[in-house]
Amino acid sequence: MTRRAATVTLVLLALACVLPFVLTNYHTFQATLVLVYAIALLGLNILTGYNGQISLGHGAFYAIGAYVAAMLMDQAGMPYWATIPIAGAVCLVAGFLFGLPALRLEGLYLALATFALAVSMPPILKAHFIEKWTGGVQGIVIVKPDPPAFLAAVGIKLNADQWLYFFVLAIALVAFLLGWNLISGRIGRALVAIRDHHTAAEAMGINTALYKSLAFGVSALYTGVAGALGAIAVQFVAPDSFNVFVSLAFLVGIVVGGLASLTGALYGALFIQFVPNIADELSKAAPWAVFGVFLIAFVYLMPTGAAGAVRALTRRRSEGKLSHAKEALP
Amino acid sequence: MKRRLLPAAALLVAAVAFPALGQKKYDPGASDTEIKIGNTNPYSGPASAYGAIGKSIAAYFRMVNDRGGVNRRKINFITYDDGYSPPKTVEMARKLVEQDEVLFLFQTLGTPSNTAIQKYMNAKKVPQLFVATGATKWNDPKNFHWTMGWQPNYQTEARIYAKHILQTRPNAKIAVLYQNDDYGKDYLKGFEDGLGPQAAKMIVAKASYEVSEPTVDSQILQLKSSGADTFFNITTPKFAAQAIRAAYDTGWKPVHYLNNVSNSVGSVLKPAGLDKAVGIITSAYVKDPTDKRWANDPAMKTWREFMAKYNPDGDLTDPFNVYGYSVAATLEQVLKQCGDTLTRENVMQQAANLKRFRIDTLLPGITISTSPGDYAPIEAVQLERFNGHEFELFGEVISNEQ
Repeated sequence: MTRRAATVTLVLLALACVLPFVLTNYHTFQATLVLVYAIALLGLNILTGYNGQISLGHGAFYAIGAYVAAMLMDQAGMPYWATIPIAGAVCLVAGFLFGLPALRLEGLYLALATFALAVSMPPILKAHFIEKWTGGVQGIVIVKPDPPAFLAAVGIKLNADQWLYFFVLAIALVAFLLGWNLISGRIGRALVAIRDHHTAAEAMGINTALYKSLAFGVSALYTGVAGALGAIAVQFVAPDSFNVFVSLAFLVGIVVGGLASLTGALYGALFIQFVPNIADELSKAAPWAVFGVFLIAFVYLMPTGAAGAVRALTRRRSEGKLSHAKEALP
Repeated sequence: MKRRLLPAAALLVAAVAFPALGQKKYDPGASDTEIKIGNTNPYSGPASAYGAIGKSIAAYFRMVNDRGGVNRRKINFITYDDGYSPPKTVEMARKLVEQDEVLFLFQTLGTPSNTAIQKYMNAKKVPQLFVATGATKWNDPKNFHWTMGWQPNYQTEARIYAKHILQTRPNAKIAVLYQNDDYGKDYLKGFEDGLGPQAAKMIVAKASYEVSEPTVDSQILQLKSSGADTFFNITTPKFAAQAIRAAYDTGWKPVHYLNNVSNSVGSVLKPAGLDKAVGIITSAYVKDPTDKRWANDPAMKTWREFMAKYNPDGDLTDPFNVYGYSVAATLEQVLKQCGDTLTRENVMQQAANLKRFRIDTLLPGITISTSPGDYAPIEAVQLERFNGHEFELFGEVISNEQ
């Protein structure tokens, strides 16, 4: 990380910490959802952006994470924070196992297989034999977590929305740090190599089968953690919350935000959180048509996603400065 | 003793009904000039057919505002798209309550969506009024003071079929087919409760199906073999059509009761075969806009004029447009009763204080009554029988009102 990038990150972080104190509770809640989506998009980006495997089914892992958290809180009376790692672990295993057969599928075929996963999720969640735990069509209502007592003891007063925001922010930070660490190291290079040239990567001694399954697992882990956090923020899970559009929204998010970019996840999350609301404000008759126009405009104006556009902008600025400096020389 | 209490009771009622006479009282969302009302509807997504309801309600309030509003206050109806997705409903409900600061939410649509926000609305003490779902759980004033349904709920309807069977054929042997989910079980419970102690004896067979099953043919065979002479069909449209056809084709000729969910001639009876559906008994509470009986009905004429002027894009054959009109009229009455006391508490009090209120787009004889212990506004339906071409209403309006 360059010094400037570090400064920018620190400033953004400071802003993120101030945010819930200047926003209303409702906007804080929305900001929490943006962070949740950002974690999910980060997970999908590891798989699709860095490793080149297209998934149209990440809504399913999001649902699994949400249900694991909800069921553990509702049935086992577990505290909300303890359900997060379990939701992640379950999704890691589920993702890895789904990744194994998916190895034989490439490109569009993999997309279709994952699409089937997304489509079948709501009926599975409604299924009779697990109704006792999932609550069937009715879903599960979760209690909103209160800020922990120790905070009040040291004199920090937060309401439930603010506390949840900071809780999600902390997890998002850890998720992004780990993601950055993963991507910028050996594993990240292997993932990219597999995406760019499968045969060459194998020739270089990369265990492509293992890495691809691993990418699936890690990706599902991120999305599952996001699902659990989303369920806690919304305080409710039901099969209708996890239809196929969730998966499509995630894919839209990473493409709009920027493939193979960590910051892209954040831009994409902002897009899928706010653009549908804007579309609805503009037209009740055809909100999706408006959404489509937005999408086309974004893709056309920023072919490398929002992250790519930001990158291009900053590069141009620093290049401009450089040429300016050169001219100043005698 | 009782007589001596009467004047005191009358005073108490007066105090409750007209608190602060001549004095204006407002909660957020209400003022001298405006009443802000929030709503969520699926304008996009898989359930967007229901969006017609939100649009016709908005049209109704445009008409009210053109007439000068309610008690000289304009209605500001704010409606958002939730795409039938509960997380989005939660977000939009919070937006309406915390940012737009509406006085209350009205006609939020869908059972899962309303379940998702019920706890929040009750914690915030903001009314969640006349929700658009048939589940029975919205009539629970003890635990959820701020949530109220509107349409006859599934259990009410099922009890009315049970009542009819007990009256007409007390020795019936009944077979029940139901969808294995909340909706199906809600109906089944109402039906068994309605039969009372006779239930165990009268219901000779029960079969259920999953929404994912391709057909219900085997269930029908199983029910037929029980020797039942009466069939209560608790199914959604696709399965209803299959059940009607299968019951006819196997030569089973029971007295057939079909739930209101699937009483569409176009999408259920036609695919099943109109001749196979003759004699089916179901129920209705709203005037069907395609029914020839109402062609010259003054109320439906007024409705058609309203549609032409305020909702010109709306479908004149769509019952949802009559539904939206009727439920909005109910709310208009509640707001009239609120007078100048537009507090959230008073909105709930007045919503729970409707006494045989009549909307003329509902079937003749159906009225709306509520009380602090009764959060089920419409509790009556009229039975109708299919004659091969259309449904014919018969008998009296049957009410489950206590």
